[in-house]
Amino acid sequence: MSSHVETDPHPPLRGDLSQEEKQERDRVIRLERIHKIYHMGDIEVHALRGVSLEISRGEFVAIMGPSGSGKSTMMNIIGCLDHPTRGQYFLEGADVSKVNKAGLADIRNKSIGFVFQSFNLVPRTSAVENVELPLIYAGVPAAERTRRARAALAEVGLAERERSMPNQLSGGQQQRVALARSLVNNPALILADEPTGALDTRTSIEVMEIFQRLNRERNLTVILVTHEPDIAQYANRIIQFRDGRIRRDFAVENRKHAGEVLTQLPPETDDDDEDEFVSHS
Amino acid sequence: MKMNLLAILKVAVRALNRNKLRTALTMLGIIIGVGAVIALVSIGQGAQAMIQDQINGMGTNMMFIMPGNVFFGGASLGAGAASTLTEEDVEAMVKEIPTIAAASPIVRASGQLVFGNQNWFVQIQGANANFPLIRNWKVDQGDFFTDVDVRSADRVIVLGKTVADKLFPGIDPIGQMIRVRNLPFRVIAVLAAKGQSMVGQDQDDTAVVPYTTVQKKLLGQQIPSINQAMISSISQQASAVTEKQVSELLRQRHKIQPGQTDDFMVRNMTDVAQTSAQITTLMTVLLGSIAAISLIVGGIGIMNIMLVSVTERTREIGIRMAVGARPNYIRLQFLTESLVLSLVGGFVGVLIGGTLASLVSRVLGWPTLVSALSVLISFAFATAIGIFFGYYPAHKAAALDPIEALRYE
Repeated sequence: MSSHVETDPHPPLRGDLSQEEKQERDRVIRLERIHKIYHMGDIEVHALRGVSLEISRGEFVAIMGPSGSGKSTMMNIIGCLDHPTRGQYFLEGADVSKVNKAGLADIRNKSIGFVFQSFNLVPRTSAVENVELPLIYAGVPAAERTRRARAALAEVGLAERERSMPNQLSGGQQQRVALARSLVNNPALILADEPTGALDTRTSIEVMEIFQRLNRERNLTVILVTHEPDIAQYANRIIQFRDGRIRRDFAVENRKHAGEVLTQLPPETDDDDEDEFVSHS
Repeated sequence: MKMNLLAILKVAVRALNRNKLRTALTMLGIIIGVGAVIALVSIGQGAQAMIQDQINGMGTNMMFIMPGNVFFGGASLGAGAASTLTEEDVEAMVKEIPTIAAASPIVRASGQLVFGNQNWFVQIQGANANFPLIRNWKVDQGDFFTDVDVRSADRVIVLGKTVADKLFPGIDPIGQMIRVRNLPFRVIAVLAAKGQSMVGQDQDDTAVVPYTTVQKKLLGQQIPSINQAMISSISQQASAVTEKQVSELLRQRHKIQPGQTDDFMVRNMTDVAQTSAQITTLMTVLLGSIAAISLIVGGIGIMNIMLVSVTERTREIGIRMAVGARPNYIRLQFLTESLVLSLVGGFVGVLIGGTLASLVSRVLGWPTLVSALSVLISFAFATAIGIFFGYYPAHKAAALDPIEALRYE
């Protein structure tokens, strides 16, 4: 892993890279006929039936579909949490379909940031330490860890809450800590699984605002799994799954901008700090 | 992968801190185990050290050679057997057996010792000038008698500490004349105090004179005879060889045919001492093993709690894996936790065990010895237990599937 640490995941494209290499690196995700078959006793469950897909750097993709459509399986494979049964997965040009467990851990650490529906912060561990977590496994020295974690917290607007424990934070704040954690190691993509599923409307939009800003300002690739059509409208591309296959893949026409939506919402007296102790699940 | 050991340790300590009571109870198993090992082994080693002291005090590698076959003899050996050992036998042994460091004939007599209006009945030992060397017995005051005194059968006497105290309360005994069986003897030395023998006899209640003096002056023997011989071999390792050579030499000198029983008996004091040393060693090992069992029980406690901890923190493990913790890292994390448990428990156990041992020696008066070795062994044992019983839970944690772990409620 140490060799990866110093590597900037987005080195400026230099002139000596061939056109092909440039294209390959900018194609963050390339899936080739991915199959995933689960064995449950004697029954075979064909969760993915030959999915091919490309996602380029800077895209904001929403993956939609009913439960059982294969979108969670897709998410686990893209997130390097699971191996495909058949097919190939290229992440930033490198084939990761056959990498072992330890190797997948390194890839997740370096290239992928996760945001979950239930926030998944380590309990009884302060916000800043939660954000530091990926850096610990990347072997970053303590002082630099803290510096980078603070910077990431500032980026999601939580600089002043770095000492707070997860149970002292509202749902929206917890999700923002999770967001800071997902981007602290400069990943190639952020994978968000129903990130607004446990949040109220206003907080959901606030979180989407951060996603959109990161996507715009840092050219960060975002993949969002959601079943809320409203939320999917913040993406610039929607991929719909059904029965283990991609049913539709289209660009969003009237893309919503969270910043604008927020200004149109009726002013709220409640602020984040008052709905503390929101339960995790 | 770069392992951030400090970060791992921090997480482990924090996790243990979170459940203080549970951590304390789990550690208690190790504390009791290590404490028991230290305390019991210390008591055992103390007993061993005491016996070793007595062995050394008895005389270095000493052997007695007694005439007659007291224990195994049949009727045919009966009466004449008692005088089969002679001064010449002793001289021959010294001359021909190189592993003998020193030898002395022993002639016994008893008598009333009188000084002024004090008197004391005592067993008198007749020996030669080698007596202090063979018995490893220092002279406290004055000088022991010499070969010259032995050759001329001088009436000189060396007193044991008890006898000196009884006859000369508050008086310097050296140079005083006392009467033994109505003969005047000059006190030339007092032996250093030796205390009780292993059977509880006061070894200082004795007096030593040249054996020739006992033969000629006290017993008035026409034909001088000796009761037994006392020899010391050059080392403990050599004592078996010495014993064998003494037997061979005496059989040859006494013209005993092969198949015939010895007309003498060699009593190797080192053997006796070694037997009791072996018994205490066995006792120490036994006590230590029983204590070690409680240490293993403590280890099972660690395993139990670590399994609970892994289950409780399944989701946390999932999160750590998702953000890039390799399985090895997770394994190390939980191993560190069980190691911290067992090492801290081991440390406290050593302190408690040492305190217990010193308490035992103070209250019960038993000798105890907390050796660096027993501390080291207990620590090694505690570490091994931490790793052994921590491995399975740690492995279980490392083998978790991140997807399942993240979904765990």
